[in-house]
Parts: sequence; structure tokens; C-alpha cells
Amino acid sequence: MFKRVGRTLGALATAALIGAGVTGAHAADDTIKVGILHSLSGTMAISETTLKDTVLFLIDEQNKKGGLLGKKLEAVVVDPASNWPLFAEKARELISQDKVAVVFGCWTSVSRKSVLPVFKELNSILFYPVQYEGQESERNVFYTGAAPNQQAIPAVDYLMSADGGSVKRWVLEGTDYVYPRTTNKILEAYLQSKGVAPEDIMINYTPFGFSDWQTEVAAIKKFGSAGKKTAVVSTVNGDANVPFYKELGNQGIKATEIPVVAFSVGEEELAGIDTKPLVGHLAAWNYFESIDTPANKAFIKKWHAFIKNDKRTTNDPMEATYIGFNAWVKAVQAAGTTDTDAVIDALIGTAVPNLTGGYSAVMPNHHITKPVYIGEIQADGQLDVVWQTKGLLPGAAWSPYLPESKSLISDWRAPLSCGNYDVATGKCGS
Amino acid sequence: MTPERTSVTMRYSLPCLATLAAVFFMLAAALHPAFGADIRPEVNALGTPGYTALKEAIGALAATGDPAVPELLQALGQGELYVRVADSAVFKVTDTDDGYNLVDPLTGEDAGPAAADEVSKITVNNSVRETISAALGLMTLMSPDPQKRLAAAGDVYKSQDPKQIPLLDTAIAKETDKSVAAALQLARAAAVLRSDMSDADKLAAVEIVSQRDDQDAISLLSSFVASAPDGAAKTAAASAITTIQGTLQLWSGVQNVWYGISLGSVLLLAAIGLAITFGVMGIINMAHGEMVMLGAYTTFVVQEVIRSHYPGLFDWSLAIALPLAFLVSGGVGVLIERSVIRFLYGRPLETLLATWGISLILQQAVRTWFGPNNREVGNPSWMSGTFDLGHLAITYNRMWIVVFALGVFAVLMLVLKRTPFGLQTRAVTQNRPMASSMGIRTPYVDALTFGLGSGIAGIAGVALSQIDNVSPNLGQNYIIDSFMVVVFGGVGNLWGTLVGAFTLGIANKFLEPYAGAVLAKILVLVFIILFIQKRPRGLFALKGRSVEA
Repeated sequence: MFKRVGRTLGALATAALIGAGVTGAHAADDTIKVGILHSLSGTMAISETTLKDTVLFLIDEQNKKGGLLGKKLEAVVVDPASNWPLFAEKARELISQDKVAVVFGCWTSVSRKSVLPVFKELNSILFYPVQYEGQESERNVFYTGAAPNQQAIPAVDYLMSADGGSVKRWVLEGTDYVYPRTTNKILEAYLQSKGVAPEDIMINYTPFGFSDWQTEVAAIKKFGSAGKKTAVVSTVNGDANVPFYKELGNQGIKATEIPVVAFSVGEEELAGIDTKPLVGHLAAWNYFESIDTPANKAFIKKWHAFIKNDKRTTNDPMEATYIGFNAWVKAVQAAGTTDTDAVIDALIGTAVPNLTGGYSAVMPNHHITKPVYIGEIQADGQLDVVWQTKGLLPGAAWSPYLPESKSLISDWRAPLSCGNYDVATGKCGS
Repeated sequence: MTPERTSVTMRYSLPCLATLAAVFFMLAAALHPAFGADIRPEVNALGTPGYTALKEAIGALAATGDPAVPELLQALGQGELYVRVADSAVFKVTDTDDGYNLVDPLTGEDAGPAAADEVSKITVNNSVRETISAALGLMTLMSPDPQKRLAAAGDVYKSQDPKQIPLLDTAIAKETDKSVAAALQLARAAAVLRSDMSDADKLAAVEIVSQRDDQDAISLLSSFVASAPDGAAKTAAASAITTIQGTLQLWSGVQNVWYGISLGSVLLLAAIGLAITFGVMGIINMAHGEMVMLGAYTTFVVQEVIRSHYPGLFDWSLAIALPLAFLVSGGVGVLIERSVIRFLYGRPLETLLATWGISLILQQAVRTWFGPNNREVGNPSWMSGTFDLGHLAITYNRMWIVVFALGVFAVLMLVLKRTPFGLQTRAVTQNRPMASSMGIRTPYVDALTFGLGSGIAGIAGVALSQIDNVSPNLGQNYIIDSFMVVVFGGVGNLWGTLVGAFTLGIANKFLEPYAGAVLAKILVLVFIILFIQKRPRGLFALKGRSVEA
């Protein structure tokens, strides 16, 4: 009998994993359903849970304004559990079973790639709110996070300028997966086009969740002692950042000597570290919580009221979600329907206010226009803006610095309607 | 306080203060020609937009030599100075609930409240911070406190500004403290290398710098070599670089060994609990990593309580967390053993699935309870910072973790080899029916042994919270490594775990500089797979009848 109990327990444990993600949603027809496809368990929960809350918050706000097209919005939340194949399954469930009009979701590029075929096959819309490596433009996806030219390249430009310290030597430090590898490839080509010698660029990769940074930090220190101003461009992802910054602080690398500019570290990640030894290290984003605009202040206030916690930070992917959600609402209103094809057409050219005091517009390549800010880490864990672009930058889907994408353009308007049109050969697609 | 007593104090303190003030003023006036002049225009110039203008303003302000300047510059560096938009006057600002409160930066007088949009912060970036610290360094070079002079010499050394050579000369002439004098000489040499002084002067400077014999010296010398005209100084610098690099090359080997020991100690800590549950008892415990995580979260909770109730005890937080983490993880371990594992003895596959399920349940429970984000666990003061051993910079937290890992290992050995409980454990795992017939309550020993292994994992969590993220995923990062160490070292042998952990740590760290972190890890795994082919029972295989049991 006991044996049976044990077996049952084992089975239960496994079942708990599989069952965790299922959240049923059965509603009447007088609502418009919005799918939320963010991991609520597993490794990526640390980042994605906040975005689920953000979409719920935005839906709540929209319903307070009377909903959309006279109907209430209704959230359908699923949990893909940081499991890439499960993303595709859950996306299929959202679109064909729950009949959602639009999906907000994904964080990692591999999860986005995993759901792409589903969105194409079932013809639905995905809003992707995270900065990514570019080199993609799909009809069914709208990229509201930064493309490399909206984050990585301006950050490097700032460090090369006199204000940023006239950096001459570069360490490109990243986690070993597609986003850092592609971004570093673009950056390497860009730096060399600016006259940086190949021996002045060091590229290093570490595994996911890497925690013993002693050798890497010592190598950075050594590389930085060649008599030229050195900076580190970090595409280190997620959990590995905390031990990385702790080791930098421990080995006494000060931002005034070797600054580290990060593309994946925001207010949320800094919440887990003592930032006093890190003052002056940089982050490049399109939004910071500390940005002083009425729109941002109002947003933070409402967010705190919704989440019932005054200490919850806001971050860049949240703003990207905010822009994407509002652009979708506006496009649905303009189209008068939630029909996928009509909304995709209406979205191009739609401009909505962002939180930094300007308007972000959806471009024909399904990316948006954004300002770029460089912030320095402060002792209180916030990031203070030390530099910003003049005006907004349009996101480029294809990098002009890489030979394979130099001649590609993307324009989803008729008559071109193509995400990778090669101007050299005059053909769409590869 | 009564009026009478106040007047008594006044009577004594007034003349005293007056004399002090008079002396101070005279001194200040003698040292600083501009003293007494109003420096307000220079202060307000800090509000000019643009980093270049700000740096010029800092230079102008420092040049006045006014005694109020160091404090002002510090406030600027900490981002406490704001500009009033209406008249571009600069103020020191304190936060209040509904806006800001302005304070005159020179007199300290209250200048009334201001709304958030009436003032704007003077933002400083890294290059401005560098200018500030160089200016502060120059102003404190003559400070009576040798510690301050030493720090100031360090700041001036970093700025490497030839314009400061005359000032450094004066300071060196006056200096009595040996270590400060050496630092000043170094700062002067660094500035000389950047100046257009004669080749002989530079040659002397190269000699001083090369005595320093570290990365900084290489950095300084190689930037000199890159820009210097040909001459004796350049040749000397180039050969000095080669010599220093040779020394550092030797030390980098030592450094790799130390990093390896440090990584090995982390592996040992993570694996040592598993060496009991898996190694001694034979349970494939996939929830082992979660026991480590529970220990780390216990540390977090202890620190939270200390922070809010007994801030003075913070340096003791880890010592307090140790027994608690042992009890929490050990208790959960006993609970798991009693409720699940005891029904699955002898069925490794089902144990594996069940404990894996438990690990997921524990992770999600912690995620629900504490939230998915990282929690901040602070380093007590004795675990922060570094010290130098030759050319090896050793961080205190890594060093203490090495000591701690060895300590835990020693205690565990003692418990297993020298206590009645240890004897019973070994008896039960070697021959259960025989132990049972000798009167040992085997189920009771099983539960306690599993609890001991889990409790040790909890203790490891306390140590790991100092160097890694405290997040629900903490344990997952260590489970594979732990199994690797135990299998490599030899199942059932604690010494094997010790040797295995340090071997793998050092091998990994020697490969990393050449192969990169990703490839190094793969190579180590391949090595273990090949090794296990050759010696299936690991480094130190148990011999005798117990192996077959």
C-alpha cells in the first residue's frame, strides 16, 4: 500500500509540472480576448512575470476607459514555463482554442522563433516587447523592443565620444546564445568600420547562469592594462549578471577605469545587488524609470496602485509592452475590427505616446521609432540618464554592417509586402 | 537643560571656539590667496549645461582653493547639487515628500522648498567623476592626515596631468611619511611620462614606475611607449614591460591554481551533502539543489529580520543563519524522506522522478512565496574587499568560502567516523539486515542521515548566497555539478568528493583562459565521461563486500 502511495506521489509531482500552465478561460462573445504568453515558472519567470502583470494592468486601464469597440477586453493567461517547445503549444492553444485577437508575449529570441510558425500558420498577431538581435521581420510579429541600431550602436557611439571617455579598446562579453552572438557580430563589424584594430577587440562568451567570474574579470583587467581606455560591452543575460557585477566590485574595477555598458541589465536586475560599488557602470535602454516626464510619473503611480506595491520598479520591456498595447488598441479602433489582416495593415503608421515624452510610430518593417538613453547606475539602484539621442531612431530590421544583410530591406505595405527584399537581386526572400 | 548650565558651557566654549576659528582663518588665508573672495560665480558656473563646460567649471572652482570646495565637489559627485531653472543658481538639495528643499551650498542656509520641475539635477558621468576625484586629490595633498594624503596621491596618479608636477614637487619635499612619499613619487613619475620633459627625467620616471611591477605599471608604460619619441626612456620602458610581463606570467599560473581552489571549494560545498544522500545512502536526490536554495533563502530571511530589527548584528548574520539553515533544510529533508523516499528504497528510477517532482514543487513554492526576482543578500564587512598576496588579489569572500568548505568537510568526517550516529549510519548503509538485527532502528537512521545530508546542503546555501543569485533557480545551477563531483570522486567516499571537487575546479580554471568558459566546461565533462569508462566507480572506489550490497 505504501508503495502505491509513493508511486502516486511521484506521478503527482510530474503532473504538477504539466498542469501548472493550464489556465482555463471560458467567456461570453461580448468580450475581445487578449492572449498573454509569458513564462510564470522556470528560469525566465524572473523577467517575464512582470510583463504578464503589465498586460493585465493595461487591459484593466483600457476597460476602465470603456473597453474597445464597445466590448470589454479579457485576458487569457497561459504559462509556457520557460520551455521553448511549450511556447509553440501554448500559442496554438491561445489562437485556435481561446480565439484571442492578439498575443503579447515571449522574451528570449528562441521562444519567439519557436512560436513564429504557429502565428504564420494560424494568421494571428504577436507583440514582442524585448530588445533583440534584429535580422528578422515577419508579417505577424511587431517588434516593440529595440533593434541593435536602437541600443547597441548608440551605446558604443557614446563611449567612443569625448564625454563617454574616448574608449579605444573593447571587450565584448556575452552569454553564449543567439542574441549576444549576433549583436557582437554587428558590433565587431561596426567597430572595425570605425577604425578599431582587431587586436583591440576581445570577445568572450560564458554559459547561461554562469557564476564563477574570477578568470573572466581578471582577463578583462589584463586586457584593460594596455594603455588605452577600455570598456566592456556586456550582453550577459539574466541570472549571470549578479555574480558578474559582484566580482567586478570585489576585484575593484571602477567605472571610471573600465566602464561596463550592459544591454540586459535594468532596474529589475539591479534590485538584487548592492549597487554602491557599481556606481558609474552603464546601461543602454529606450526607457528608464528615473526619466522625468509627466507621462512616466502618471504611469508609475497607476502601476503601483494596480500592483499594490510601491517598491515595484518599472523597466524598458514594460514600456515596450505599453507602446505595443496602445498601438494595437489604436489600430483596432481605426480598422473597426479585430480581424488580423485589417489590424496588421492599420498598425503601420500608427503613432502612440511613449513614456519618455515623445511619440513612437510603427514602421513598415514592423519595428518602431524610439529614443535611446544611456544611464549610469546610481547608489540607490536607479539609472540616471547621462546621454540621449536627439530625437527618435527608427528600428532597422536588417543590419547594414553585416555582409549577409547589407542589401536587405523590409516593407510590409502593398505592393512590396516583404520582410526581406533584396535590393541587389530584386527578389523577396531567401 | 536649564539656562544656568547653558551659560556655563557657553563661557567655556566661546573663547575656545573663537581662538580656534581665528587660527583656522589665518591659516586658511595664508594658504589660499583667493580666500575671502566670493566664489559664488564659480559655484553657479557648475550649472552650465554640457560635460565639457562642467569639467571646466570644476577646474576653475578648484583653482580658487576655497576651503568650502572639497565638500562642494563631493556633493556634486554624489548628485546632490541642482540648478534652479529660473535664475540658474546652484543649490544643494534634500528630498522631501512633495518636492525638494533647497540649501545654499556655501552658507548652509535654508533657501526654501522647490517643486520638482523648478530645479534640475546636475548630472555627472564617469569623465566628470574622474575630474572631481583628481581635483579633490590635489586639494587634499596637503592634508594633515596621512591616510587622506595617500588617497589623494592615488587620485593624482590616476589623472596623470603634467600640469601638476610643480605641486607634486612641493608635496614630496614636505612629505615625512614613507609610504605617502612613495605614492607621490609614483604620481609624479606618471605625470612626467605624459609631459614634455627631458629624456633623462623620463628615464628616471620609467624606473620608478617599473618598480611597481603590476598591471597598472604595464598600462602606464605601454601608453608611454605608444606615444614617446625614440630615446633611452622608450627603450627602457619597452624592456621594463617585458620584464613585468614575465613576472605576471608566472603569477598567472598561481592565480589559476587559486581560482581553481576557489571553484573547487564551491563545488565541494554543493556536492558534500549529496555525497551523503547519494554517495552513502544511494538515493538519487534531484531535489538536492533545492535544499541549497532553501539555505540561501534562510540567510535572506535572517538578514531581513536583522536589517529591520537589530541592524547592529549584521556582521553576525551568517553565523546566525548557519544553524537555522541546517535546521530548515534538514527538517525539509527528514519530511521528504519520511513522506516519499522511504517508500521508494531500491527503486532508483522512481526515486529520481519523485525527487525531481519535489524539486519543481519546492522551486515554485519559493517563487510564489518570495517572488521570482533575485533577493539581495548582503556581504558582511569581513567578507567584502580584497587583499594582495604578492601579485595575487584574493577576495575575502572567496577565501572564507574555501576555509568554510574545508571546515564543513572536517566536521562531517568527524560526525561519520567518531560519533555513535556516524557508526550507525555506516552500519546501516553497509549491511542493513545485519545492522537491524544488532538492534539499530534502521528507518530512524535513514531519516536522520537524509536530514544530515540535506542540512549540510542548507549550510552550503548560506555560503553560496554570498557569491551567487538568491533566486528560485539557485539550486538548478548546482545539481549537475554536484552529481559530477560525487560520481567522479567515487560514490560512497567522502575523500573522493574532496579530491574530485578540487581536481575538477582546478582543471576547469586552467582550461578557461585558453578554451573559454563554454568550451572548458564541455572539455571537463568529456574528460569525466572518458574517466568513468576507465574507472566506473570513480577516483576512490569502495572495496569489499559492501560494494555488492
